[in-house]
Amino acid sequence: MKFSEQLEARFSDMITHYPVKRSLLVPFLLYTQDEYGYITDPVIEELARRLEITELDIRGVISYYSMLRTKPGGKYNVQVCTNICCLLRDGEQMLAHVRGKLGVAVNQGVTPDGVFSVEEVECIGACAWAPAMQVNYTFHENLTPEKIDQILDEYRQKAAQ
Amino acid sequence: MATLVSHPDEVKVISKRFGLGAANLDRYLELDGYKALQKALELGADGIINEVKASNLRGRGGAGFPTGMKWSFVPKESAKPKYVLCNGDESEPGTCKDRLIFEHDPHAVIEGAMIAAVATGSHDVYIYIRGEYRYLLEIMQKAIADAYARGFCGKNIFGSGYDLNVYWHGGAGAYEVGEESALMESLEGKRGIPRIRPPFPAVVGLWGGPTVINNAETLASVPPILLMGGKQYAEIGVERNGGTRLFQLSGHVERPGVYELPLGYNLKKAIYEVGGGIANGRALKCVVPGGSSVPCLRPEEIDISLDFDAMMKAGTFLGSGGIVILDDQTCIVKFALRTSQFYRHESCGWCIPCREGTDWLTKTLKRFHAGGGVAKDIDNLRYLAENMLGRTFCPLGDAAAMPIIGFVKKFREEFEAHLDGRPCPFGQHGALNPLPVLSH
Repeated sequence: MKFSEQLEARFSDMITHYPVKRSLLVPFLLYTQDEYGYITDPVIEELARRLEITELDIRGVISYYSMLRTKPGGKYNVQVCTNICCLLRDGEQMLAHVRGKLGVAVNQGVTPDGVFSVEEVECIGACAWAPAMQVNYTFHENLTPEKIDQILDEYRQKAAQ
Repeated sequence: MATLVSHPDEVKVISKRFGLGAANLDRYLELDGYKALQKALELGADGIINEVKASNLRGRGGAGFPTGMKWSFVPKESAKPKYVLCNGDESEPGTCKDRLIFEHDPHAVIEGAMIAAVATGSHDVYIYIRGEYRYLLEIMQKAIADAYARGFCGKNIFGSGYDLNVYWHGGAGAYEVGEESALMESLEGKRGIPRIRPPFPAVVGLWGGPTVINNAETLASVPPILLMGGKQYAEIGVERNGGTRLFQLSGHVERPGVYELPLGYNLKKAIYEVGGGIANGRALKCVVPGGSSVPCLRPEEIDISLDFDAMMKAGTFLGSGGIVILDDQTCIVKFALRTSQFYRHESCGWCIPCREGTDWLTKTLKRFHAGGGVAKDIDNLRYLAENMLGRTFCPLGDAAAMPIIGFVKKFREEFEAHLDGRPCPFGQHGALNPLPVLSH
C-alpha cells in the first residue's frame, strides 16, 4: 500500500532517529491508527516489508498496547477513567452516564452512526483533576454529568458538520 | 490544560517556570534556560556527577535511587554507543506530575537529559512520552525542533566540540513500559516485556549499549542543581533526600492538585494544610502515599516526614509522590479490588506469579465485595500476595501485591464486614459486575 503524504513524511523522519529500523514501530503504529481509524491489514503488511520483520511480530506488538486496535472505533473515542483517583470522585458514575447518554452498552463499543465509541480505561494521568476522560487525545477533567452532556453535544455537532 | 494550584509552603524549584510560557524557547532562555547545560560542559563529566551526588537527588520515578550514583555506573569506555533515556511513561495511578513538567517546561527535561548525557559520555538522548499524552508529545516535538534550530542540540553544542542528539519517542498505552527494562524494549519496537538483570541498563541497555534511564522529574531537577550548586539543593530537603518533589494530592481532599514541597515535609500537614483537609468535612480513613502500588497508611500513621527513608521505616514508600486520600465513606474492599483490577489489566503475562497472582487477587476481591467471600479468603489474599513478592522479573508483581497486603493487614475489619453474604456496608456495588456468589 501507499502511505499518505503526511505519513510518508513522518516515516522518513522517524526512521532516522534510531540505529535499528523497527524501533519506530510503537509510535508509528499509533500514527497510522490516527490516519485510518485503526491498524489495517495492508498497513501491517507494508510495515513488515519496510522494517524487515514478520507480520506476526507486528501483530504481537499491537496486541500488547492498550491504545492500538485492529478494528474501527468511533470517530470520537470516549475513554473514561475509573482508576482509583477517578473512582473516589465518582468515575464509575461518569462512565455510566456516558454510556447511558450515548446508548452504548458495556460490551458494545461503537454507536450505530459510528460517531462515538466508549471505553473504560486505566489511569490517564489526570488524578488531581478527577474524574476525567479523554476524547481521542483531548483531556476533559473535573467532570460532572452536566459537563459530560455539554462536551458530548459539542462533539456530536462537530461530527455533523 | 491541567489547572495549576499553589500554596505558600511550596518551594518552587522544578515548578518555578510553570504558567510562565516557558515551552517557548525565548521565554525559557529569559528564565535561565540552557545556562546549566553550558555550565555542565565547562564542569565535565566528573564535575557534573560530583554536583549531582552532593545534591542528594534521588530518582523521582519511585524507587529513589541516588541519581549521581546511577550515572557513575556507566562505563567510561564503551565499544557500543551510550544512551540517555528519559522515562515519561507516567502511568502509576495517583501520578500526574510529569504532565505538568512536559506542558509548562519541556526544555527543562531536554536540558536535564542533555546534562545527563554529558555526564555519562553519551551522544544520544531519547525522551519517551506515553501515548495518551499526545498533546505533550507535540509540545516536546516542537521544543526539540526549536532547540535544534538554535544549534543547542546536534553538532558541536555551544562551541564545546560535543555532539549531542535529542529524539522524541511515543508510547501506545502500557503501564508496564514505565519499568526501565520494558521501556527499552518498547523503544526498540517490541512488546514491553521486562529483561532480567543483571546486566543492568548502565552496562547493557538500549540496543545493547550502556544506558542511563531517569524519570522526567529527576531530569528536570538537574539544571537547577547545577545552577544553585548541589550542596544548596541538598539543604532544601533532609538528610540523604535532597531538594523538592512535585507531590500530587488526589481523591477526597479539599484542594487536589500538584504541589512542590521540600522532601521531609510532613504528610499530615500536606493533607490538612496544603490540601485543605478532607473534602466535604468528612473524616480521613486511609492514605495511599506514593501511587497505587505502595502499602496504605491509617490516619494515626500519617504524622511522618515525606522522604524516602522515613516512609520506608513506616512500612511504605514515597514512590511517585502521588498521595491518594480516602475518606471514611470509602469501601476499602472495593478500593483494593479496583487497584487489583488495574494490575491484572497491566500485567504483561511474562512472569507466572504476576500473571496468575493479579488474576486470582482480582477474582477473590470481586467475589468478596459482592458478598460471596469466606473467612479464609482474607488470609488467602495475603498469602497469595506475599507469594508474588520478589518472584517476578520486574517490580509490577510487587506493585500489585504490596497494596493488597497493606489493606488486609490494616483494614481487616472491613473485609470481615463483607462476610456471610452481607452487602457492602458502604453500599457501593456500582458498575463492577460481580461474579456469581458461591455457596458457603
